[in-house]
Amino acid sequence: MGARNRRRSWPVLGQLTGADRLGRGAAVESARTASLSPRTATADRVVQSVCPYCAVGCGQRVYVKNEKVVQIEGDPDSPISRGRLCPKGSASEQLVNNPNRVTSVRYRRPYATDWEDLPLDRAVDMISDRLLDTRARTWQEADKDGNKLRRTMGIASLGGATLDNEENYLIKKLFTAAGVVQVENQARI
Amino acid sequence: MAECHPVGFQWVMEAKARGARVIHIDPRFTRTSAVADMHVPLRAGSDIVLLGALINHIISTQKYFREYVVSYTNAATLVNEDFKDVDDVGVFSGFDAQSGTYDTSTWQYLGVEETAAAGNRSAAGKHPTGQELGGRGSKLEHGRVQRDETLQDPRCVFQILRRHYARYTAELVEQVCGVGPEGFAKICDAITANSGRERTTAWVYSVGWTQHSVGVQYIRGACIIQLLLGNIGRPGGGIMALRGHASIQGSTDIPTLFNLLPGYLPMPKAGEHEDLSSYFESIYSPDQKGFWTSAEAYTVSLLKAWFGDMATAHNDYGFHWLPRVNGDHSTYSTLMDMLDGTVEGYFLLGQNPAVGSSNGKAQRLGMAQLKWLVVRDLNMIESATFWKDGPEIATGELRTEDIGTEVFFLPAAAHTEKKGTFTNTQRMLQWRHKAVDPPGDARSELHFFHQLGVELRRKLAGSPLERDAGLRNLTWDYPLETDGEPDGEAVLQEINGRHRSGAKAGQMLSSFVDMKADGSTDGGCWIYTGVYADGVNQAARRRPGQEQSWVAPEWGWAWPLNRRMLYNRASADPDGKPWSERKRYVWWDEAQQRWTGEDVPDFPVDKPPSFRPAPGTGGPGGLAGDDPFIMQADGKGWLYAPSGLLDGPLPTHYEPAESPVRNPLYRQQSNPTRESFPRQENLTNPSPPEPGSEVFPFVVTTYRLTEHHTAGGMSRFLPYLSELQPEFFCEVSPELARERNLVNGGWATIVSARTAVEARVLVTERLAPLRIDGRVIHQVGLPYHWGVGGSAVVSGDSANDLLGIALDPNVHIQESKAATCDIRPGRRPTGPALLRFVEEHRRRAGITVTTGNIRMTPPEGSL
Ligand code: SF4
Repeated sequence: MGARNRRRSWPVLGQLTGADRLGRGAAVESARTASLSPRTATADRVVQSVCPYCAVGCGQRVYVKNEKVVQIEGDPDSPISRGRLCPKGSASEQLVNNPNRVTSVRYRRPYATDWEDLPLDRAVDMISDRLLDTRARTWQEADKDGNKLRRTMGIASLGGATLDNEENYLIKKLFTAAGVVQVENQARI
Repeated sequence: MAECHPVGFQWVMEAKARGARVIHIDPRFTRTSAVADMHVPLRAGSDIVLLGALINHIISTQKYFREYVVSYTNAATLVNEDFKDVDDVGVFSGFDAQSGTYDTSTWQYLGVEETAAAGNRSAAGKHPTGQELGGRGSKLEHGRVQRDETLQDPRCVFQILRRHYARYTAELVEQVCGVGPEGFAKICDAITANSGRERTTAWVYSVGWTQHSVGVQYIRGACIIQLLLGNIGRPGGGIMALRGHASIQGSTDIPTLFNLLPGYLPMPKAGEHEDLSSYFESIYSPDQKGFWTSAEAYTVSLLKAWFGDMATAHNDYGFHWLPRVNGDHSTYSTLMDMLDGTVEGYFLLGQNPAVGSSNGKAQRLGMAQLKWLVVRDLNMIESATFWKDGPEIATGELRTEDIGTEVFFLPAAAHTEKKGTFTNTQRMLQWRHKAVDPPGDARSELHFFHQLGVELRRKLAGSPLERDAGLRNLTWDYPLETDGEPDGEAVLQEINGRHRSGAKAGQMLSSFVDMKADGSTDGGCWIYTGVYADGVNQAARRRPGQEQSWVAPEWGWAWPLNRRMLYNRASADPDGKPWSERKRYVWWDEAQQRWTGEDVPDFPVDKPPSFRPAPGTGGPGGLAGDDPFIMQADGKGWLYAPSGLLDGPLPTHYEPAESPVRNPLYRQQSNPTRESFPRQENLTNPSPPEPGSEVFPFVVTTYRLTEHHTAGGMSRFLPYLSELQPEFFCEVSPELARERNLVNGGWATIVSARTAVEARVLVTERLAPLRIDGRVIHQVGLPYHWGVGGSAVVSGDSANDLLGIALDPNVHIQESKAATCDIRPGRRPTGPALLRFVEEHRRRAGITVTTGNIRMTPPEGSL
C-alpha cells in the first residue's frame, strides 16, 4: 500500500476528503471488510424455499455451496413477505446446520438408563414389527352391537403441522389403511 | 400478530399507513399494541361478552348493512317455533343435563327437519365425536326455507339474534371484561364507521380465541359481526385465522386428524356408516344447495386414489376397509387411554407434547405407560428424553429403571433437505425445492412412512386375514429417487387426481368439478384438485410479486381452484355490481355474461345474478344468483347455526372452566357441554360458586414469543434464538408485584392444582390489573416455550405443566388461554417437597376429583 493509499485508509481523512462525509460507508471500511464477499455471492446455487416456522409462509432463498447450505435469506420476489424474515426465519440456517442436531438413530431399551446405537434399517424393521404386533393384539373388529370398527386403539400418532402436505397424505393414508384412527396434529392444540 | 406473525404484520402496517385504524384487543400489551391506534386490555376468557355487546350495538343502533344482511345471510330465515333461547339457567332448548349434550332438533329452520348427522350424539364413546366441518357448512335436508325479508317476524333469525344479545350491554362489558364505556364506544364506532359499501373491517385472531372451552363460539361471534356489517367475501374484510405452524392449514386440509378424511370428508362412524350409501346419506342431502352435494364424487375419487383398481363399484370402492370412529379419539382422549395403559405405541412427528400440550405431567406419565414410542424430530426434544430427565424423575414420581417404554429416536430431514408443499395461513400451497441431502440417518417423513408402508405390506403380503386387506390393497408404488426418497411430485399428483378412463385417461384433473362418482377419476384431496392443472405443479409458480396484480394469483396456488378470497361473489351487490368503486373485487360482466374481476370468482362463473332456480332444485344448480355462500346448504352466511354446533346455535357467555369470577349472565358458570376428564392426574381449580376459589385468585394466560416456536423443538436448540430469549419468565403488573412481594428479575412460583413452576419475574405495566365486578383481578402472563430436559440450549419449567385439560366440545381444543393460579415470591421446592407443596394448595382449596367438574352449576346457596 502506497503512502497516499495508506493516508486514504485513515477513516477521518477518508471521511473529510472522500464522498462519504458522514463516515458511514466507504470511508470507514477496513481492508479486511473490503476483502470479504457475502456467502450469497459465492454460492454454487440458490434454491427457492419457504420458511418452516409459522404459517405466514415467507419466501426463502437457500444458498448452497459444496452441497452445504451456507445462507438463507428472504425472497424479495415473494408477494407475501417481500424479502423479509423474522428472527425465526432468519435463524433457519442454524436450524439446518445446528451442531446440536442429532443425525443418527438413538434407541432406548425398556428400563434402560441410556441410549444405544441402532442402524436405521433395523429401526424401521423393529418399528414395523411393533406396529403389527400391537395392532394384532388390540384389533377391534366390531363394537358390542356388532357395528363395524376395523381398527386398533392401541396405536396413536401426534404431529404433522410442520410437515409437508405430501407427507401428511402418506401418513393418513397408511395409518387409515392399517386401522390406526388416533392420528392427530398440532391443529387440534 | 406483530409478535407471532411478524412478517404478515407488515400488511397491517401498510394498511395503517393508508389510513386504517388498528385496534388491538388482548389481555397483554404487546408489540402489536405498541403500534396500534388503540389497545383494549380485557380479561382472558371474557370475549363473548364483548362480541355480544358489539352485536347488540350494531343491531340496536341499526348500523348493520341491511342490503347485505337481507340478501346474503340467513337473517330473514324463520326458525322452528319450538326453539327456546337460553334461559336464566343458561341453556338452549334440547339440553340433556345428564349427558351434557343437546338434541338440536328444535334449533332447525322452520320446515326443515333435523338431520341425522347434525348432533353427532349417537356416538357410543365417552365423549361425542364433535363436528368435522371446516371446508363447508352443516347439512340441511333441503334449502327450501321460509323467509321474512322485512326481518320483523319474531321467529326470524334476525329477531332471535336481537333478543339473545339484548342482555349484552356496555355495562356488562365493563363488569365482565374490565373494558370501560369509553373503550367500548371507540370499538363500536370504529367497526361501524368502517363498514358498508365504501369501507370494510377485518378481524384477525389466533389461538387466543381457539384455546377456550367455548373457542368455536368466539369465532362464531366474529362471524356474526362480520356478516351483519357486510364484511365477508369483500376486500379488506373477512376473519383471518393466523396459524402458528408452517403447514397447520395443510395438516387440516389433508388431515392428520382423527375425525377427518382429506378435504373435510368425515371419517366413517361406527353404526352410522356401514356402507357408502349410508355415509353419503348422512353427510349431505341431494336437495340442499351448493357444491357439497358432490361429496359422492369426492369420496369415490379418494377411495380410487387409495385403493386403485382394487376399488370397484362392486366392493363399495373399498369403503369397508376404512376404520370407524365412535366418539372422541383426539389427542387428549388418547392421553387418558395412555394413562389407563390401553395405548401401546405412539408416534411423535415433529411434536413435543411433554412441553407443548396441556398438563405436561399427565403427558409424561402417559408416555411412561407406553410399550413403545417413536420420536421423529430434528432435535432431542423433551418428549424423547422424559424417561431420564423429565421433572417426574426429580420428584420421584417416575424412576428410569421402572419405565418400560422402548424409545426409538429417528432424526428428521429439515425443510431444505426435502421437497414438498406447505399450505400457509391463507390456504396457499407453496412448493419448496430441495437444496441439499439430509445428513446421516436423517430422513423426511415421506421417506420414513413410505419405507414403513413397504415393510408392513411385505410382512403382510401373504396374510389371509380380512383385516389386512386395506393395507394389502393400498396403492403404494411411488417412483423413487436415487436415495430411496419417494418423488414428492408424484404424491402431489395423486392428491390432485387423474382421469382413469375415457379420452383423457392418465391426464391430471384441472378441477374437482371433473370428479366422478363412478370410479373413472381419482384424487386424494378434492379441494386440492387443480394444484396440478395442465400437468403443471402450480404450487411451484413464483412469478415475482412486483410483476403481478395486488392479488398475485401466480405465486403458489390457493385452494379451491386458486381462489384467493372465499365467497368473493359477496363483493358485488345482489345485481352483480361492485358495492362501490373503492371495494370492487369480483363482479358480473353483463357483456360477457360472466363473473370476472381481480380474483377467480368463487361462484358458478356463468350464473347471472338474476338467476332463480326452480323450487326444490338441489346442488350447485339450486344456488340462486344471489347465494354467495356456495358451500352452505342454503347458500347464505349463517348468523344463526341451525345445525353443526354442539354447544348452541348462538355464542353465549360462559366463564372458563377455571375462573375467579362468577358468571353474571346465567346460573350456569361454565360451558355445560365442555369436555372434561375428571381424574387424579387432571385436577381442576375450584371456580365460584364452589368454595376454595380464593386459593387461586389470579387469571393465568399463556402465549408465544417472537423468538421461539411453540414447544421449542425448532428454537430452544438453536443458539441464536436461545440467546434472544433464554429464560422462562412471568409477566406481572406492578400492583400484583407489590401485593405478592415479587421482585423484577427475581423468581416467582406459580401454582395450580396440577403442579407448581418457577419463572423469572418481569414486572411490567403490559399486564394491567382490571376492575371486574367491583374488584381488582390480576392476570399472570406466561410464555410456554420452555421445558425440563438435558438436551436443549436453554431449558426451564413449562407453563403447560400448570394447565388442566378442559376442551371445547365441537373441536376438542383445550382451554389454555384462561385458567387460574396462585403466585408467590421465590423458587419452587424441588424433589418430593414439590409434591407436598402442591398438595398443600389442593388441601386448602378442598380439591377433589369432582371439583370444577360438576357439569350443571347448582342454584345459589345449595353448595
Ligand atoms: S420468517 Fe417469521 S413470519 Fe415469516 S414464515 Fe418464518 S416464522 Fe413466520
